[in-house]
Amino acid sequence: MSFFRSRLFWIAAVIVVIAALLPFWLSAYLLGILTAAYYFGVFAMAWDLLFGFAGEVNFGPTFLIGLGAYTAAILNANYGLPILVCVIAGAFSAVVGGILLAVPALRLRGPYFGLVTLVAVLLLQNCIVIFAGITGGEIGMTVPDVLSIDADVNYWYALAFLVLCAALLYGLSRSAVGLILQASGQDAVGAAALGFNVTKHKIAAFCVSALFSGTAGAMLIFYMGTASINTVIDVSIAVQIIIAAVLGGRRTILGAALGAVFLIVANEFLRPLGQLNTFVVSAVALAVILFFPDGLIGYALHRSERE
Amino acid sequence: MTGEARLQVRDLGKRFGGVVAVKSMSLDLHAGEIVGLIGPNGSGKSTVMSLIMGLIRPNTGTIRLDGIDIASWPAHRIARAGVSIVFQHSRPLQRQTVLENIKLALLPDSLLRLATEASAAERARTIAEQVGLGEVLHRHPWTLPFADLRRMELAKAVARDPKVVLIDEPFAGLTAAEIKIFSDLIRTLRDEGRAVLLVDHSVKSVAALADRVIAMYLGERIAEGSAETVMQNETVRRVYIGGKIEDVERKAPSTARDATLLDIDEVEVFYGKANALERVSLRVQQDEFVSIVGLNGAGKTTLFNAISGLVPYRGAIRFAGGDLKNLSAAAIARAGVVHCPETRELFGHMSVRENLELGGGHLAKTVRQHKLAWVFDLFPILEQRQAQAARTLSGGEQQMLALGRALMMQPKLLVLDEPTLGLAPVILGLLSKAIERLRREHSLTLLLAEQNVTFALPHSDRVYVLDHGRITWHGEPARFADEMSTGYL
Repeated sequence: MSFFRSRLFWIAAVIVVIAALLPFWLSAYLLGILTAAYYFGVFAMAWDLLFGFAGEVNFGPTFLIGLGAYTAAILNANYGLPILVCVIAGAFSAVVGGILLAVPALRLRGPYFGLVTLVAVLLLQNCIVIFAGITGGEIGMTVPDVLSIDADVNYWYALAFLVLCAALLYGLSRSAVGLILQASGQDAVGAAALGFNVTKHKIAAFCVSALFSGTAGAMLIFYMGTASINTVIDVSIAVQIIIAAVLGGRRTILGAALGAVFLIVANEFLRPLGQLNTFVVSAVALAVILFFPDGLIGYALHRSERE
Repeated sequence: MTGEARLQVRDLGKRFGGVVAVKSMSLDLHAGEIVGLIGPNGSGKSTVMSLIMGLIRPNTGTIRLDGIDIASWPAHRIARAGVSIVFQHSRPLQRQTVLENIKLALLPDSLLRLATEASAAERARTIAEQVGLGEVLHRHPWTLPFADLRRMELAKAVARDPKVVLIDEPFAGLTAAEIKIFSDLIRTLRDEGRAVLLVDHSVKSVAALADRVIAMYLGERIAEGSAETVMQNETVRRVYIGGKIEDVERKAPSTARDATLLDIDEVEVFYGKANALERVSLRVQQDEFVSIVGLNGAGKTTLFNAISGLVPYRGAIRFAGGDLKNLSAAAIARAGVVHCPETRELFGHMSVRENLELGGGHLAKTVRQHKLAWVFDLFPILEQRQAQAARTLSGGEQQMLALGRALMMQPKLLVLDEPTLGLAPVILGLLSKAIERLRREHSLTLLLAEQNVTFALPHSDRVYVLDHGRITWHGEPARFADEMSTGYL
């Protein structure tokens, strides 16, 4: 185990160094794609904490992301608050929204939790359309401040953010709390019989997931300069996040980030295929889910464990 | 025993819909004592255990741990208060090692302690060595043999130094040598001053270990005392064997006995690493009533699930000459092998009538109506309750409905799994009459699994005894009383 851990650490370190050097030979266009992909990676990792560890399927990761993104956008565009304050406020509102959603929803069993989270996305979407006066409605809103106008700097911000989130979430998943969370997700009765308050741990996981999703959502809009339903809230975005996490590997955290980067980059490279693009990416995702239900990283991890 | 009991259960009651699982149950558990809680399947003993652990909440009664009422507390709080449980089937964390799985049990229920304390790792190691897992600390659970998984569950349960340890079917799936080792481990728990409750279906398996045995039936305590007293108790004998075994005159089947309808040939079933059936072979002729008797855990339900295509098996099962192996459960049922499971599997939110009509879903409308009328004639109570949701029925009524629904499917072979489970004697009488009538008025082949020998014998042309996954006896019911009745319980 310690061998795997150390090997994993070195592999990760090499990947991060290579990624950090990419601006020296990639075009601004490709860097832009990767920048968006890194934020997406954080969404997927935060989702895996819920699905892979707490064992709860959250169909509405974009509820948490959207809350963070729109809170930050509204405060920046309408009240002119600085970016840092807006991001913190976005993260905070995502956590509050997450608690308000999770506390009643976790009382439900099985598929009902997932359905509640799905409905939450639709509610948020409707609220934004109804209060178009301050949210920009279906057109979206432009934020006056951006992180940077330099593609390289934006890229490094995103990469640093991804690495930080990955380290924190991976560390959490390997900690004592992560162990309890896994036990709660896999066998709630068994975990309760060992003296763990399963609901408390699941709500905490939801809060952590919301914190990272909301922060990443807020950061994303200060990279793009706009907030719109189609980019941070729509259910299709939620589906992409879920596919990315499952593709990379359930219960691996890091796999989710790789899955997200792979999904977005693949989408971009297959763009010449036109309409077929989405189809091919979906077909690959479907094949992975059917034949490697543990995901690509999960599959590799199992092989190394079994050897 | 002197002094206050460590665990004091009084007037405990629990209902599930229309079924009373536990009613006014009381028991005492002292420190440094092993108590066996026994009862046939459906007697409510597992429910009592779940109620003590807080996995389900009681409707009435108190559960005092050192004088504090813990009834209705959530399970995690009860666990922290000092009650532990060893589940029969474990679901360990598969990506973690044995040591990490045990460490899990030692973690505080806190969101802020991210690192495991060094003392926890040390203690986990000590416990693992105590239960004999010292050699496999760093292996993953899925690489372990079954007995080691049980050891790991035991280690997790005692990790937090509990006052009360509940153990569900302590010896299920273990070999004789392993049973001895586990018995010693359980005695250690007693010597450490813990109160141990063993929940099992038979007196025999806990007799050597328990200081005291409490027998349950229909959710109530029916006997208490030493293992010998309980084993000789008239009520207990009646519950398990059904009292004095009498052979009832049966009509010989009208047709000639040469057509084999069901042929089970050397069937073996494994659950993970546990061997549930060992080379079981048996035959059922056309129009014959055959029963398989055995205590719970003997493998009866597993055998029936194999026949119905619900569990994978080695060996062959042939019905009316055709191999059932590659057929789906649905195809087997359509071929005429209708399984009436011990768990009844009714559609709880549907009405009685809807349940019955679903059973006859493949019949033409007129035939179905005719069949329905016939089932209502067989069980008149179902006609009165036809608009009621199935889950609100009493246990006996639910069993009649399950049987009625199976009959609606027009079985060629009815596979009836423990119809007497958890039912009062008066209901047994009604079911017995219904089966008698089926035999008189219809051409039906029956394969019956029972623990209650008195219920099974009068209806049987032949009897098989199943014990720990093996057929140990086979013969005419008349010979059963002489050859088997003493060794059975």
